[in-house]
Amino acid sequence: MRSSWQYSNIIQQLTTINPYKSHICCCLYRQKVEFNYSICAFLFCRNTTKIQPAGSQLARVLSILHFFNLIGSPKGPTQKMNLFQSITSALDNTLASDPTAVIFGEDVAFGGVFRCTVGLRDKYGKDRVFNTPLCEQGIVGFGIGVAVAGATAIAEIQFADYIFPAFDQIVNEAAKYRYRSGNLFDCGNLTIRAPWGCVGHGALYHSQSPEAFFAHCPGLKIVIPRGPIQAKGLLLSCIADKNPCIFFEPKILYRAAVEQVPEEPYTIPLSQAEILQEGSDVTLVSWGTQIHVLKEVASMAQEKLGVSCEVIDLQTILPWDIETVCKSVVKTGRLLISHEAPVTGGFAAEISSTVQEECFLNLEAPISRVCGYDTPFPHIFEPFYTPDKWKCFEAIKKMINY
Amino acid sequence: MAAVSSMSKMYGLCFHAVRQTAGLKASRLLQRRGFRVTVVQLQQPFDSSLEKPQFPGASAEFVDQLEFIQPNVISGIPVYRVMDRQGNIINPSQDPQLSKETVLNFYQKMTLLNTMDRILYESQRQGRISFYMTNYGEEGTHIGSAAALDPNDLVFGQYREAGVLMYRGFPLDHFMAQCYANADDLGKGRQMPVHYGSKDLNFVTISSPLATQIPQAAGAAYAVKRENINRAVICYFGEGAASEGDAHAGFNFSATLECPLIFFCRNNGYAISTPTNEQYRGDGIAARGPGYGMLSIRVDGNDVFAVYNATKEARRRAVAENQPFLIEAMTYRIGHHSTSDDSSAYRSVDEVNYWDKQDHPISRLRHYMTARGWWSEDDERSWRKQSRKTVMEAFERAERRLKPNPELLFTDVYQEMTPSLNKQRESLWRHVQQYKEHYPLDLYEK
Repeated sequence: MRSSWQYSNIIQQLTTINPYKSHICCCLYRQKVEFNYSICAFLFCRNTTKIQPAGSQLARVLSILHFFNLIGSPKGPTQKMNLFQSITSALDNTLASDPTAVIFGEDVAFGGVFRCTVGLRDKYGKDRVFNTPLCEQGIVGFGIGVAVAGATAIAEIQFADYIFPAFDQIVNEAAKYRYRSGNLFDCGNLTIRAPWGCVGHGALYHSQSPEAFFAHCPGLKIVIPRGPIQAKGLLLSCIADKNPCIFFEPKILYRAAVEQVPEEPYTIPLSQAEILQEGSDVTLVSWGTQIHVLKEVASMAQEKLGVSCEVIDLQTILPWDIETVCKSVVKTGRLLISHEAPVTGGFAAEISSTVQEECFLNLEAPISRVCGYDTPFPHIFEPFYTPDKWKCFEAIKKMINY
Repeated sequence: MAAVSSMSKMYGLCFHAVRQTAGLKASRLLQRRGFRVTVVQLQQPFDSSLEKPQFPGASAEFVDQLEFIQPNVISGIPVYRVMDRQGNIINPSQDPQLSKETVLNFYQKMTLLNTMDRILYESQRQGRISFYMTNYGEEGTHIGSAAALDPNDLVFGQYREAGVLMYRGFPLDHFMAQCYANADDLGKGRQMPVHYGSKDLNFVTISSPLATQIPQAAGAAYAVKRENINRAVICYFGEGAASEGDAHAGFNFSATLECPLIFFCRNNGYAISTPTNEQYRGDGIAARGPGYGMLSIRVDGNDVFAVYNATKEARRRAVAENQPFLIEAMTYRIGHHSTSDDSSAYRSVDEVNYWDKQDHPISRLRHYMTARGWWSEDDERSWRKQSRKTVMEAFERAERRLKPNPELLFTDVYQEMTPSLNKQRESLWRHVQQYKEHYPLDLYEK
C-alpha cells in the first residue's frame, strides 16, 4: 500500500485528472486527509525545524515518502511554533471554521496554565472559550452533553493526573454513547485535551501517563503527539473525528522545540504509526516524549554497537496501528517498547502480546519493555525512575546478544 | 507547475465546501440571543473604600456575634399543589384550565403506562424478559412534566421516566422491542430492559450509571442556548442520584454557565432500600438550589397539574432567562426498585398501601375527571379492557420477533469499523460455524 509507486501514481493523477477526483484519490490513500499537501513545494523534515526545498529532490522524496505520513506541507504560510502554540493554532482554526465549537475547562479563559488557549477568548468571545468550575467529572460530562446536542466540544483537563474524577464519564458514558444507543446518539464531537507525562519536577501528581487506563476501553481514541507539527495535525484530526478522543499533550515538550508549523488547518490520520527511522535489527516503539529518547538511543546503538534500529512513533494508542509495528518486527526480529507509565499493565504489554501472537516465528529475542517501575511517579528519584536512554541502550544490547 | 495549479484548485474547492458548511452553521447562529447575566450577582465588585467585607468569594455584612448558621434555616420548603387528594382544585387561579381532551390524554397515558408496567413486570416474573422496572406511583411526575415541555426539548432521563417517552408518542411496540431486545429494538439489543432512547422524540438513550446524565444535560443545554432555537433541556433523576458527585457538577455548571435547563428530581422516598433520611440531612433536594444560585421549587408529584404548572413555568423562564431551574417532585415509589428487589424487606405493607390506595396520582386525576363528568365507570372499564388488549398485542408481537443479527455486537463501537474489530468479528464467525450446535443461532436474525 505504501509504496513509492503509489505516490508517483498519485502525483501523476494529480497532474492529469480533475481536481475533485484526485482529491478522492488522496483521501483513499490517506484515509482521513482533509487537506491537500503541496508535494512539489516543500518537504517537511519531520524531526527537524528545517524545511528543505524538494523540487530538485523529487526522487529522494518519493523514496522516503513511505516513512512519512505527511506528504508535504499544506499550501500556505508556516510559522515558527512550539508545541503549545501549535495547539493554540489548531484551536484557533477550529473556532474560526466551526461556529458550534466551544473550548472549556479550568482556567482556559485567560489562556490556560500551559498557555494553550491564549488569546482565543478575546478573539472568539467568552461564550466560546470559558472557564468551568473546578470539577473534572463536570467538565467531561458537560462536554459529552455539548457533543450529544450536536456542537463541537473541546474540553481541557488541567493535568492528565486529574482526569480520574472523570473516569466514569469517559469510560461509561463517552466511550459507550454510540454503542448503547444503537447509533441514535453519539458524542463523537468531543475531544478531551490534557497535559501528560514527566516534566522533571512533577512528582506523583503532575507526571503521570494514564493512557493504558483508557486503552482498555473500546469506543475511545487516544492520541499523543511528539512535537508541534504532529500536535496540530493530530489534534485537528481528533476534533474532526466522529468518536470521542483523548488527546494527551507531553507537557515537557510544550516549550521544548520549535518547528515550522502551517498556519492553515491540516490533519494527520489517526491510528497510523509513523516510521521515523528505518532500520534492520531492532524495532523501537514509543510515543510522545519517549520517542525522542528512542531516537537518541537509535543513534547510540548505531554508533556504539553497529545496530540498525527502526524507530516507530505509535501516535495513536487506541485503536493502534498493529500493521506497521508487526511489519517492522517481521523485518527486524526484535522489539523494544518504551513508555514512562509503570510496566505492569502498561500499553507496552498490549503491544508485546499482539506482536508475540502475530510475529512469533520472526522473533530473534524476547520482546523488551523499558518502562516506568511499578511505583508511583517519584519526585526526587525521577532520574532513576524514567526509562532513559541508558536503560533502553542496555535493553538493545541484551536483545542483540540474546 | 501543472501539479501545483491543480493542487491549488483542489485546495480552493475544499475550502469552498468548508466555507459553505460554516456559512450554514453561522446563519443558524445569527439570531443568537445575547448572553445576559440573569442570576442575581451575589458577589460584589471590589471597592476598597467600603467598610464591608471585600473577599472575592462572597460579600455581605460583618457581624460581631459568634453564630453558626442553622442547617434548617431554609428547611420546610413548602409543597406546591393544585389539587387536593380528592381531585378538587384548591385555588382556582392555579387551575391550568386544560381542555377535556388534554386531561383525558393525561389520564390515558398514565393508565396505559400502568398497564404496560403490570404486563412487563409479570412477564419478567415468568422469565420471558430478563429485567424490568415499574413506574407505579410516579405517573404524575412523568406525564405532568412531559406535557409542559415542547416536543423539541431534549430529555436526559434516569431510568424511571417511561411515561415521558410514552407521552411523546413512543409506540408500545418500541417499548416492548427494547425490553425483549429483539430485532426491532432501536438500541440494537445492546442494553438491559427499560434503557429506552429515541432520536425522533428527543429522548437521549438511558444509561445505567446514576447521575451521569446531569452534567451532560448542562452541556447540552449550553449548546442549545448557543443555537437560539427556543429549546430547553430537561434532566430527570432521583433523590438518591442527587448524592452523586455528578449531580453537584451538573447543578454548579448549569448555574455558573447559565444553561436553559430544568432539573427534575423525582423524590420517591427510596434509593433501592435506602430511605431519604439516610440519603441526606438537609431539607431534601430543593433546599440545595439556593446554594447553587438556582431557582427551586418543591411540588406534589402526585398532583399532575402541579407538576405541569411548575414545569411549564420553569421551562418558560429557563429559555427566556438562560438559567437552570430545580423542581423537586415529592412522590412515592409504590413498586419495588426493580424485578431484582423485594421492598418488603425494608418497608411496611401499610406504608405502600397508603400511597397506592389513598394518594395515587392516577386516582387523584380520576376524581377530578369524574367530578366534571368527563369520565364514568363505563369509560373506565372499557378503557382498561382496551388498553390491556393493546399492550398484550404489542407484547405478543415483540415476543415472536427474532433477536438482532449478532453482527451488531461489533458495530457502533466506533463510527467506523476498525481493523481489529473486523478481525475479531471474523474470528467469532469462524468459531460459531465450527461450533454451531452450541450457539442459539436460530433465535437471531441472519
